[in-house]
Parts: sequence; structure tokens; C-alpha cells
Amino acid sequence: MQSVSIKNVEKTFSNTKELGSFTVFDDISLNIQEGEFVSLLGPSGCGKSTLLNIIAGLDKATKGTIYVGDHLVNGPGSDRGVVFQEAALMPWLTVLDNVTFALKKKLPKQEAKKRAEEYLKLVHLSRFLDSYPYELSGGMKQRVSIARALAMDPDILLMDEPFGALDEQTRSMLHKELHDIWEKTQKTIIFVTHNIRESILLSDRIVLMGTRPGGIREVYPVSLDRPRDTSSTGFIQLEKEINSVLAKEIDKVMKEEIGDGYSR
Amino acid sequence: MVIAVRRIIFFATLFTIWEILYRLNQVYEVRSTTLFPSPIGAVEQLYIGFFETGILTEALSQSLQRIAVGFTLAVIIGALLGIVLGISKIADETLGSLVIALQSVPSIVWLPIAFVLFGVGNTAIIFVVTLGGTWAMTLNMRMGIKNVEPILIRAAKTMGYQGKELVWRVMIPASIPSALTGMRLAWAFGWRALMAAELIGRGGLGRTLMDARDFYNMDLVIAIMVIIAVIGLIVEYLVFNKIEKNVLSRWGLNDNR
Repeated sequence: MQSVSIKNVEKTFSNTKELGSFTVFDDISLNIQEGEFVSLLGPSGCGKSTLLNIIAGLDKATKGTIYVGDHLVNGPGSDRGVVFQEAALMPWLTVLDNVTFALKKKLPKQEAKKRAEEYLKLVHLSRFLDSYPYELSGGMKQRVSIARALAMDPDILLMDEPFGALDEQTRSMLHKELHDIWEKTQKTIIFVTHNIRESILLSDRIVLMGTRPGGIREVYPVSLDRPRDTSSTGFIQLEKEINSVLAKEIDKVMKEEIGDGYSR
Repeated sequence: MVIAVRRIIFFATLFTIWEILYRLNQVYEVRSTTLFPSPIGAVEQLYIGFFETGILTEALSQSLQRIAVGFTLAVIIGALLGIVLGISKIADETLGSLVIALQSVPSIVWLPIAFVLFGVGNTAIIFVVTLGGTWAMTLNMRMGIKNVEPILIRAAKTMGYQGKELVWRVMIPASIPSALTGMRLAWAFGWRALMAAELIGRGGLGRTLMDARDFYNMDLVIAIMVIIAVIGLIVEYLVFNKIEKNVLSRWGLNDNR
């Protein structure tokens, strides 16, 4: 069954300061199955986050349509939970209240609290229900943010470089946790990253995006057995393969940003 | 601890030098002795005013009542105005410029109009105090609303918040630190406006100060000035600074200070 279907989506920013009218990508089409874990991989500026924001309903597509299940995306909705790179927690609320914040509109108070506790347990934060965000580490904040998105019980979890700002150890711990959560909850996940390893480690499918013109370059199904081992031959081979294409895209971006002085 | 000791030594020295000057003047009469205040005399006047005649107790309680009402009104009006200016672009472009213009007018300038409108009494003074604090509160609240981190708003939108709810549940709580700064300034401006207005109007510490001068009781003048300074210090540095510190750390803004 199809969970997300993206049809001929284009995004053009009109009247930007430096570039005038500027098309990030045009004509992106992609279908994502229910329960599938898909990574959007690409260099900065390729519009992967923009695409995610459009799916989230936080940004509008210039052309094209996006369906989630059988309803047309036309603004944010609780069928899509979003996890941003910054945890975006409300600093004046405790961990528990941050999660119930997402539920207050849907559930009565007691039930919201119960549900929030349940999801905070899932991300191993039961001991920190009454803590405030400033008391938590970056990784813990991000786990609250994941619990908050999951607690709404969305059909789809949209993640925008959620581990990008974390240190290596925390990140690999969260990779494991996210993998477990995905297996337990069977959610469809769309995961934006610029990290090849991360995308191979987690995804069923990797959508490689490029710039100028922006769009999908290649789609790689990942059939390696889970849990995946970053040092297995299959892993390394795929990493190399994706890297060769991605390196070209990054080159393009660098040339544009730095100019003629850039060479490698 | 060291700082406290240094301060005590500093103020004690100041007090002593002043008292010595006073005594020297008593002997040599460089200036009129009745018009030269003595610090020990001021302390005496504090004692008499609070514990014997009660004039200082009464004046202080009247001033505190006025600032309490004026400050509360300033905070409420300022917060509401600030929220409107922060949210509505049209209001900001029109009403906002008026607020900025009004802010540059010292509020004591309103006293003559206030006397005409409300008569020479409590209301006129409270009006001036309120005006003294309102604009600072308004502008800080506006800034707080305008500077809410966009990511918080985006996150709340994905959770189904929009319109009014977004304002109440995200934008206003997120601007509490800014609102507190506004409150501290509203208090400071209000307190200064109150003293100025009372010098001209009736009752309170300011009026008592003028009366003391009229009776050539310079010790009492100094005593009242000390009360005014101490109240200002207590509220600004002990009350507001403490609250602000707590709130800022809760809001994760502590490293900016």
C-alpha cells in the first residue's frame, strides 16, 4: 500500500535576494510504501529539506501534488510527525509536558499523559519526565523530540537531519534506537541526511538528490540484512557506489560556491 | 564575601567623612548650619519618621500603593499592546511608531494634563506612573513576540497548532524572558516617574520630601532620599534580577548573560 506519493513536484523561490527567481528542483516524483524507511541523501542546497518541508506541509510546492494515504497535503497535519535537526522543544515545559503538548488537541488530559509516558519510555527517558530541556544533553533532547512526534501516532515520521548536530557516539546510539522504534512501530519514515553511512545503515531505499538542476539522481534499494554492519563488504561496496555519484554533486556545489580556485 | 566587606568599608568611610564635614561646618560655619544635613541626623529622622511620628511610614505606604497600581496597569496594558504590535504588521507600522514617539516623552510631562483630566490627586499621579512604565513594557513584549524562534512555531504547527492557539501556547510563553525585562524597566521608569510626580502633587514620599525642605529639615530630606534609593535597589536588584535569572536559565538563555 502506498503511504506517500509525490507527483511532479516543483519548488521555485521567487524574488530571492541574490538569485532572483530560483528553482530548487522541478518535477520530482516518488512513491513511498507503507512502513518503508526512505532516506533523502544529497549535498547541501539540493532541496532535500525543502522537499521534506513540503511533505510536512510547512512549505508549499510551486507545482505538483503530494498525497499522504489518500489525502492531499495542504498544510501541516498530525498524520505527519516531524523531527527537526534542532530538537525544537518548548523550553518552558518539562519533558513530559513537551510530549503532551503534541497530544492536548487530540486526547483528554489523563490519556495524553499516559500516552506521553509510554513513548518517553520507548526512548528511555522515563527518569527525566520532570526535567526541563536545558537540563538535557543534545541526544536526550532529540529523543524527546522523537517521542513527541511518535506520540501523535502519525502515519509518517519525517526526519530532517535529526542527528546532524550530535556527536558520533550519541548518533550511533540513536541509530540503533531509531531502528528498534521503526521495527516496533512499523512507521513509514522519510529521513533527510547528507551522511551516506547513516542512510545505508537505516534505509530500505536511498534517494540520491543532486543540484543544478535539482532533482533525483539515483534511487538505491538497500537489501543488506539488518542489523547492518558498516564493515561488511556489501555495505562498503554500496557506500563506494553512492559516494562516486555524490562526490560529483558535491564538487558541483563547491565549484559554484568557491569559484575557479577550487580543484581536487 | 570580599565584595560585601569592601562595600561596607566604602560606605562607612563615606558616612564618616560626611559626618566630619558636618561637624567642621558646625564649628566654622562655612555654610548655613541649618541647611547642611548630617548623616547621623538622617538616621535619627528615619527612626523618628518610622517609629515615633509615623510620617515616613504613611508616606512610604502611599507611594508603594501608587506604584503597585501604576506598575500593574503598565504591565497589563504594555503586554497587551506589545502582543498586538508583535503579531500584526499593520498595527506595528502605525501604532508602533506612535509608541516609539511616546516612549521618548518623559512621563512627568503628562502631569499637567493629568491634573486637568483627573484633578490634583491620586489618580493623576497613578496615570503618570502608568504612562512611565507602559511603553518600555510594550516595546519589550513586542520584541519578545517578534523574536520567538521560528523553529518552535514550525514544530507547533506540525502538531496542529495555528492562529490564536499558536499565540497563546507558543509565542507568549516563549517571550516571557523579554516580558520580564520589560517589567523591570516598567518598574524603574514608574518609580522615577512617581517620585517626580509626587514632588509636584500630593502625598507620598515625594511630597514629604518637599515638605521637609520647606521646614528646613535637611536631615529628613536625606532620610527620604535614602528610602527612595533603597526601595529602588531592593526591587530592581533583589526581586527582578532573581526572577530573571531563574527564568533565563529555565528558558536556556543563561549563557547570554
